[in-house]
Amino acid sequence: MAKQYEFRIKGLPYLLVLPQMVIVFIFFFWPAAQAIWQSFFLQDPFGGQYIFVGLENYQALFTDEASAYAQSFWVSVFFAVSVTVLAMSLSLFLAVQANKKIRAASFYKTMMIWPYAVATLIAGVLWLFMFNPNVGVVAWFLKHRLGYEWQHLLNTGQALTLLILAASWRQMSYNFVFFLAGLQSVPNDFIEAAAIDGAGPARRFWKIIFPILSPTTFYLLVMNLVYGFFETFPIVHQVTAGGPGKSTAILVYKVWRDGVVNLDLGGSSAQSVILMLMVIGLTIVQFRFIERRVNY
Amino acid sequence: MTEHSRFRRVLPHVFLILAVMVILFPIWLVFTASTRTNAEILSAPMPISPGPHFLENYRRAILEGSANMGASALTMLKNSFIMAMGIAVGKIVVSLLAAYAIVFFDFKLRAFCFWSIFITLMLPVEVRIMPTYKVISDLGLLNTYAGLILPMVVSATAVFLFRQFFLSVPREIAEASQIDGAHAMQFFRRILVPMTRTPIAAMFVIQFIYGWNQYLWPLLITTKQEYYTLLIGINRMLQGADVLIEWQIVMATTMLALIPPALVVVVMQKQFIAGMTDTEK
Repeated sequence: MAKQYEFRIKGLPYLLVLPQMVIVFIFFFWPAAQAIWQSFFLQDPFGGQYIFVGLENYQALFTDEASAYAQSFWVSVFFAVSVTVLAMSLSLFLAVQANKKIRAASFYKTMMIWPYAVATLIAGVLWLFMFNPNVGVVAWFLKHRLGYEWQHLLNTGQALTLLILAASWRQMSYNFVFFLAGLQSVPNDFIEAAAIDGAGPARRFWKIIFPILSPTTFYLLVMNLVYGFFETFPIVHQVTAGGPGKSTAILVYKVWRDGVVNLDLGGSSAQSVILMLMVIGLTIVQFRFIERRVNY
Repeated sequence: MTEHSRFRRVLPHVFLILAVMVILFPIWLVFTASTRTNAEILSAPMPISPGPHFLENYRRAILEGSANMGASALTMLKNSFIMAMGIAVGKIVVSLLAAYAIVFFDFKLRAFCFWSIFITLMLPVEVRIMPTYKVISDLGLLNTYAGLILPMVVSATAVFLFRQFFLSVPREIAEASQIDGAHAMQFFRRILVPMTRTPIAAMFVIQFIYGWNQYLWPLLITTKQEYYTLLIGINRMLQGADVLIEWQIVMATTMLALIPPALVVVVMQKQFIAGMTDTEK
């Protein structure tokens, strides 16, 4: 291939990337380096004296009973996986329904898509308002009509359920957009041919449509896990504040509370580094997969 | 296709209507509450049809705000809007410039710049909360719009999207503009950017919503009420005992926080979907 035409002006390209690079260095690389650096130190929050402690901050996370890091980790995993499964399966099901040749399909699509605009915090507020034990309509209904007491500030199971419902409610529209786009790219000929060969709707879905959707599904799997692990801070902060006790303090909530509220900079930095490794891992999985898809 | 029984035709509607109801019910409740008095909301169960206090509640929310906070929704609307616009426009401008340099110029640090931008994907705010806060406070940017906007202005996705688009632009156009004696920046402004308007519109929708819905970052760096965004204000109003909360004002404010991004998605649905699904590639 002949070399593409390119401008040859000394200096100008550097000027063009300068704003981007300045921000990247000041607000991304420098803080990330700081997090790594500080995770090896113990700082007294008032005097600012640093004492090198090696890996002690990391060790403390896993051995210190009070830090309850392992518990936070497993709650996060449970939460992220539940949100992923619930939000993905429901939105796939609904995308299949909306993709059928039915009346008002575009109305349904708009209704399914627009909640993407709802902030995760607002999703938390909406669900909190329904389930608030004092003013919530749903909580009232559960108690007075079904005899089920809803107290998510006292009951860990209820607290987690509420968080999962609110987070999934918000994420469904995102998944719906991608599943619908994926379904629209499935060639109709395939499906008709299978129908003529006598394959029923369920068989057509699992044998033809679902495999064609697999790149979309995989992409969404990673994105939903990222969402569940990292982007659900507002919901937790609003709905349960990590409670009851610390039982719903997911990792991002914990890193915020340990740093901002408890001023444990070393411990918070060590947690940041662990989170960074998790994001890097997920991003690598994502890109390896995309590369492979491009190749075949 | 085959199955055309009545049952099969009705079934999708049943599922979809159920889903739409699950989506709308919480918002309907919030709207209802925003038109009622606090006493009505606190009297369990709250009525689930709208009441007559719409104007009164919204007027108070917009002009005064809830009694336990004191920042009006008008101020917070302004802050949310400045932040969302700043982030969306900033991201687009900065990313267009960077993508232009990376695609159309041959320079030594090209690969380095590209990979530096790529790596930012792996460093969301959530994983570098404390140190980024420290940088902002050292720069004296706490409680400023610059502090709210600048750290959010980098976007690997926007750079990738524009890069992808620029790669598809025939180079003869760039070459011809040079022969005609236009400067590289004139080519960028007069030819390239106008050609890119569809991806720019798509990015704008996505980034406006992203900016409007930022929560953790403003929570960290705004301590003064004049800089609260709507979301921070709502969180602050909901602190304290349930009976002391002015629910009708909080719910009116929640509606105000919800409507602008929802309108953007509904009105620009096509660009929105294109923007979302294109960045995947």
